[in-house]
Amino acid sequence: MSDEQTFLDALSARADRRGAEPTWVAARRQAGAARFEAMGFPTRRDEAFKYTDVRAIARGDFTLSQDAQDVTPLSPATAAALTLPLKALRLTFVDGIFAPELSDLAALPAGVSVEPLSQALAANHEAVGGALGRLAGVDFSPFTALNTAFAEEGAVIRLAPGTVVEAPILVQFLSRANQVPLMSHPRVLIEAGSRSEATVIEHQVGEEGAANFSNLVSEVMLERGAILTHYKLQEAALTDLHVSSLHIDQGRDSRFTSFNLNLGGSLVRNDIVADMNAQGAEANYFGLFFAQGRQHVDNHTLVNHNAPHTFSNENYKGILGDRAHGVFNGKVIVRRDSQKIEAHQSNANLLLSDRAEIDTKPELEIYADDVKCSHGATTGQLDEEAIFALRARGISDETARGLLTLAFAGEVMDQVALDAIAERVERTVAGKLPERFNLAGLVEAAAALDEE
Amino acid sequence: MLEVKDLHVTVEGKEILKGLSLSVNPGEVHAIMGPNGAGKSTLSAVIAGKDGYEVTSGSITFEGRDVLEMEIEERACAGMLLGFQYPVEIPGVKNIYLLKAALNAQRAARGEDEIPAPEFMKLVREKINFMKMDSSFLQRAVNEGFSGGEKKRNEILQMLLLQPKLAMLDEIDSGLDIDAMKVVADGVNSLRDANRAILMVTHYQRLLDHIVPDVVHVLVDGRIVKTGDKALAHELESRGYEWVLEESAA
Repeated sequence: MSDEQTFLDALSARADRRGAEPTWVAARRQAGAARFEAMGFPTRRDEAFKYTDVRAIARGDFTLSQDAQDVTPLSPATAAALTLPLKALRLTFVDGIFAPELSDLAALPAGVSVEPLSQALAANHEAVGGALGRLAGVDFSPFTALNTAFAEEGAVIRLAPGTVVEAPILVQFLSRANQVPLMSHPRVLIEAGSRSEATVIEHQVGEEGAANFSNLVSEVMLERGAILTHYKLQEAALTDLHVSSLHIDQGRDSRFTSFNLNLGGSLVRNDIVADMNAQGAEANYFGLFFAQGRQHVDNHTLVNHNAPHTFSNENYKGILGDRAHGVFNGKVIVRRDSQKIEAHQSNANLLLSDRAEIDTKPELEIYADDVKCSHGATTGQLDEEAIFALRARGISDETARGLLTLAFAGEVMDQVALDAIAERVERTVAGKLPERFNLAGLVEAAAALDEE
Repeated sequence: MLEVKDLHVTVEGKEILKGLSLSVNPGEVHAIMGPNGAGKSTLSAVIAGKDGYEVTSGSITFEGRDVLEMEIEERACAGMLLGFQYPVEIPGVKNIYLLKAALNAQRAARGEDEIPAPEFMKLVREKINFMKMDSSFLQRAVNEGFSGGEKKRNEILQMLLLQPKLAMLDEIDSGLDIDAMKVVADGVNSLRDANRAILMVTHYQRLLDHIVPDVVHVLVDGRIVKTGDKALAHELESRGYEWVLEESAA
């Protein structure tokens, strides 16, 4: 039996158990399945997967989480420990299944709706159908096709025009250390009305030893002047498998900022695609990937400058230890009539061991003639002179290395406005430092010194 | 305090120090002078624990402890601090963070608690003013974009804050104009007391007008060939090193 057949069988078994669905949903499932069957899982011969071998997923034997039997519920203490310590509107999924007891939407302000996909469909499936799948079609990749065929749950976030949401909206995906490996195909839809503003966090995290496969597809639509900050904090267990794609459609003067922070997972592939379709749109991509052991993390980003006067800026930092393998592929496409655009891209990598590996590929395709573009990629090691200089002041070797590793990530981490996220990253990347690194407290103290 | 006995050090297979002996007592300021390539910088680098220096024989003890058995950070925490000739730039690490982390590491090694933030800021403010540095230096990455003179001031600032028992200054005068030299010298002189020792390595007598040494050593070809008082420095300035060599060969 082919690798694909296992998944197609799981799909037809699920179809028998699932109740009746709206026609458009059923039709999309069929289209997704057909497209997946036609494409098959990607191999290293596919350009987009040249450096990433997905056989661990293709050959895996995953039970669809909805069909799993006898799963031990996640204890509230475990869930609490995994949850980011920050005040947020929270939607929780455990192995892809909505967990109302771990969700908290009590403080939902007017003009915002945050719902699980299943509820949004039940309430008004036609309102979902218009937007869902508009950006992430079945042709994007075999994984989006698979997601389209399977997806039953996820998050639907809608912001009415002019709504500003202060608290971040946290969508967390918890992965359990189950008896059998599970798979989930969650779907996230974010529709931000004109001049609305919000921060959305997608957080992948799990119990130690979790070895599940999650395949997430997110679609973000920003109307005129909307501002969205999107955090992906991927802290999956080191045995988890994770694939995601994030698709953004940007209207006039909208601003999208992405933080793609990857710390966990054994095999991880993230795609981000922003289409700037109207003047004044701005996209910022900040990324950090930290991998050790035999982790494999692949980030593919694409920025489409489809309109003149659009601006993009990208800065990705990779930190790889042991025998970890990182991939960065950043592509910028400037259409022929997209004059006066600006696109900047930078990727820097730090190799902490001789056996760690990075494949980095910045790509620019420019068809307009009046543009300002730059890109660059560097790879290096920790500066041993700097380590000596720190140790020669009494700072331990471990702390010195941690400090310098984190300093390397500084340009990206300085942009992270949420302390709870910055702390998780710091702890993973640098270990326990003597105090919060270079952050608010010290800066304020120094500022106070100036004012005296 | 510091005892160096018959120290032999090789760098990349080449012997640089060839039986150097030196004894420094609390309260003393020692200057080591010598021509280029004599091994002046090697001595302080070996004491601080820099990589790439192989001690083939001899010993270094500090307050009775075997320095060569100590980790780099242990040496610093024990009170031996090296002011670098070429201070390294550390992008992304703020100066103030280095100062605080270093001070707290040294306090922890002495079994003391972390310094409270207000006390730390007061201390830093006092020291940075003394070094005639702008407080914006605290916010900047360590040495990044600093001029040569600013880097040297920054080294002394660290010394003032960490209060080493043995301050080692490697060519601290190189690249300093006269004003910066005075500030740096004032900083070093403020460290002088009966319980502390200073070991300066320098090529020029000029520095010794500002930081007057108790003992002057002449280091030639890996050995100390002559030891005297500050008058010796003046003599070297006017006569060069040749006569010392001839004298020691005789």
